[in-house]
Amino acid sequence: MGMQLIETIEVGAGGAASIEFTSIPQDGVDLVLKVSTRCSSTAVLLEMQFNADTSASYAYRWLRGTGSATSSGNAGSGYPSTYAMIGWVNGSSATANTFNNQEAYIPNYSGSAIKSFSSDAVDENNATASYQTIQAGGWNNTSAITSVKLFLNAGNFAQYSTASLYKITAD
Amino acid sequence: MTDTPVKVIVDLSKPKGQRESIVPLTDEEIAERDAQAVQAELDRQAEEESQAAREASKQSAKDKLAALGLSEAEVTALLGA
Repeated sequence: MGMQLIETIEVGAGGAASIEFTSIPQDGVDLVLKVSTRCSSTAVLLEMQFNADTSASYAYRWLRGTGSATSSGNAGSGYPSTYAMIGWVNGSSATANTFNNQEAYIPNYSGSAIKSFSSDAVDENNATASYQTIQAGGWNNTSAITSVKLFLNAGNFAQYSTASLYKITAD
Repeated sequence: MTDTPVKVIVDLSKPKGQRESIVPLTDEEIAERDAQAVQAELDRQAEEESQAAREASKQSAKDKLAALGLSEAEVTALLGA
């Protein structure tokens, strides 16, 4: 098994509302997204959608530590089923110039089975409140994943946020 | 005047160096995004209230157990920190 970088994107001045990888090569086994983000708004969620599917076809469960409490939840209970959750993002109130990091793993993305994903995220913040989360879920669709859209549920990706897409290869 | 939000499209069928394009959001996309931000704030407030209610219930249970004569160590052993 090997891991090969497909593309890295860095957000420019002015920020961006979303980052979308399209025409994803279908010659890999799994996909890996590595993201370093900061948001122009207060603490928000990083989300992803596959193949521009905005329907309620995503399911996920999340576990979170905030620095002072723990909690858990799932899609459909306070959080929409119209996206896959990757995790919480450093907001504008976090320590200046810090970014959080997140990773999502999407196995068998080019296959014809229903797709699953897992993700983890951690903030960098010089304060008590610093989120660490893990998520797992599925996309109720058998299509091969050809595009992945990353977006926030409020605000923009700040300048210097990065998103890298890798493929896991069989050889 | 505010700048129109943009999205970054990365077309991986193109050669490296030609893949990235910056596209302004349409009015429809902006409206959808605004609605999502409002909902996100409502969700955040609801979660905060729920968390505060859970903490209040936990503290109330601890106080009642202490009033029954349980020591702090016993209450902690029973309910956690």
